[in-house]
Amino acid sequence: MTLAEAPNAEIIRQTAVDLATKIKSGELSAVEVTRSHLDRIAEVDGEIHAFLYVDGERALASAARVDAKIAAGEPVGPLAGVPLALKDILTYTGAPTTCGSKILQGWLPPYDATVTRRLLDHDMVILGKTNLDEFAMGSSTENSAYGPTRNPWDTSRIPGGSGGGSAAAVAAFEAPLAIGTDTGGSIRQPAAVTGTVGVKPTYGGSSRYGLVALASSLDQPGPCARSVLDAALLHQAIAGHDPCDSTSIDQPVPDVVTAARSADVSRMKIGVVTELGGEGYAPGVEQRFNEAVELLASLGAEIIEVSCPHFVYALPTYYLILPAECSSNLAKFDAMRFGLRVGDDGFASAEQVMAATREAGFGAEVKRRIIIGTYALSSGYYEAYYGQAQKVRTLISRDFDQAFSQADVLVSPSTPITAFKIGEKVDDPLAMYRNDLCTIPSNLAGNASASFPVGLAPEDGLPVGFQVMAPPLADDRLYRVGGALEAALHSAWNGPLLDRLPDPGALR
Amino acid sequence: MALTAEDVANLARLARIELSEAELEVLAPQLDVILESVARVSDVAAQDIPPTSHALPLTNVFREDELRPSLSREQVLAGAPAAEQMRFRVPKILGEEA
Repeated sequence: MTLAEAPNAEIIRQTAVDLATKIKSGELSAVEVTRSHLDRIAEVDGEIHAFLYVDGERALASAARVDAKIAAGEPVGPLAGVPLALKDILTYTGAPTTCGSKILQGWLPPYDATVTRRLLDHDMVILGKTNLDEFAMGSSTENSAYGPTRNPWDTSRIPGGSGGGSAAAVAAFEAPLAIGTDTGGSIRQPAAVTGTVGVKPTYGGSSRYGLVALASSLDQPGPCARSVLDAALLHQAIAGHDPCDSTSIDQPVPDVVTAARSADVSRMKIGVVTELGGEGYAPGVEQRFNEAVELLASLGAEIIEVSCPHFVYALPTYYLILPAECSSNLAKFDAMRFGLRVGDDGFASAEQVMAATREAGFGAEVKRRIIIGTYALSSGYYEAYYGQAQKVRTLISRDFDQAFSQADVLVSPSTPITAFKIGEKVDDPLAMYRNDLCTIPSNLAGNASASFPVGLAPEDGLPVGFQVMAPPLADDRLYRVGGALEAALHSAWNGPLLDRLPDPGALR
Repeated sequence: MALTAEDVANLARLARIELSEAELEVLAPQLDVILESVARVSDVAAQDIPPTSHALPLTNVFREDELRPSLSREQVLAGAPAAEQMRFRVPKILGEEA
């Protein structure tokens, strides 16, 4: 069975923009759109495992409220009635927030994240919570305590991570939109390996309130979608200043929707980062990347080469800064106020209970990173590790400043290789970390970046992502490039890349 | 630097994670490889470079000192592993070494 023959194919294959238009005009009801997606989840998610929690009844009830509002002629948001999947690291009252960890199994948060609140205020319908690497630590979702998500292109392969659940849900047509969070590539790398669109806004562009913190100076929520315009509309809906997040930027959201619609790269200066390519990059990834660069040149962009010499230190810098921040952020899981408690037998001390709980509740990667962070922050090593990493972070930001003085945006492959087999890298942390080689610099500098699908690698038929990076608060440039690529590629391919997805419904 | 299982046990104690012998044996060489790799940051001459703690410059943020609704005690205690008399119930905290 191909996707076109799947039940409800005519509804689930549509873009969020089309669904919203038809719901508003009454051609489709929000309830039937939501029900179609819930049916699709029931049909394929046993295989894909994108969702940790499906909130079916509440989704149908919110869809019915949207239909009633529209029928009564009340004003509704631009994506009213459109269903969405929420990464299970953002709080949503009434649904468990687990962060993919046993330590938070069944935890019901007492408040909504700002991102969640904005989705609900925009009359969007939340279908459920998506799978992720535990506390967003990983590049494959294999670190989820609840089992891995599978890539809809080939279910023996990883969907990327940490937001593999959100990307797979969108790629498998279980939801037209999803929310991800990006600390070192967790939106962009899954988008790349699933053939979808993922955007990391400028740090501070979207609120972290209610996002369970991994590394506070790097984390950023953003949109996952199948089209560039859909991503822009979701970006617009969630972004903007939030007084509850002290790092939130109090400035207007860049006009990403107009940029996605304009899709104009003429006279744009596009810098190819010379350090992000070559050895270690799959031939098909480099081929599709180079073709996309040529395509942008043919659309009127000026292509230059730029060098960012300190990017080669981005990976070690990140794997010191992130563990340092995560070891302190995760100290709150102390078995006292929320989550798991183990070994409280009336005799054990608070400290013993805390240590036993963290032993039982955290997975291997979380323990690795907490211990690395503890080491990097301990006296005697602080200057050589964490202190030095913070200085190199400055040098990486300076490389960006220098590059953006020559080019409007920078581009690279989103990740060096296509989706690998589940289990292939679980025992080799360094090999796993290298998946984030291209995405990490943007997190360290806090600028805006995105991944757009640019085809399938000839050697394995798996999706390749094209990364675009823009200066802080120039998020709109990402969408201009993404929109231009999408329009040109769709016309070359006679439709979107995901038309070629083998239908996971057939794999049951 | 060759991190030993004993070093890892020490770090785990600081991080309040009770690791089993078997985990220590697996973790020590893995952490050693990671630390050796990240130590490359010190290859960069960065003596006079100011450190960056946040991507974009941070300024302190103030708000009006106004009363706002907060979570109720019931809401706060709803997620507690154990509660008693409307309070968190915790294991003993005295009589242990620091």
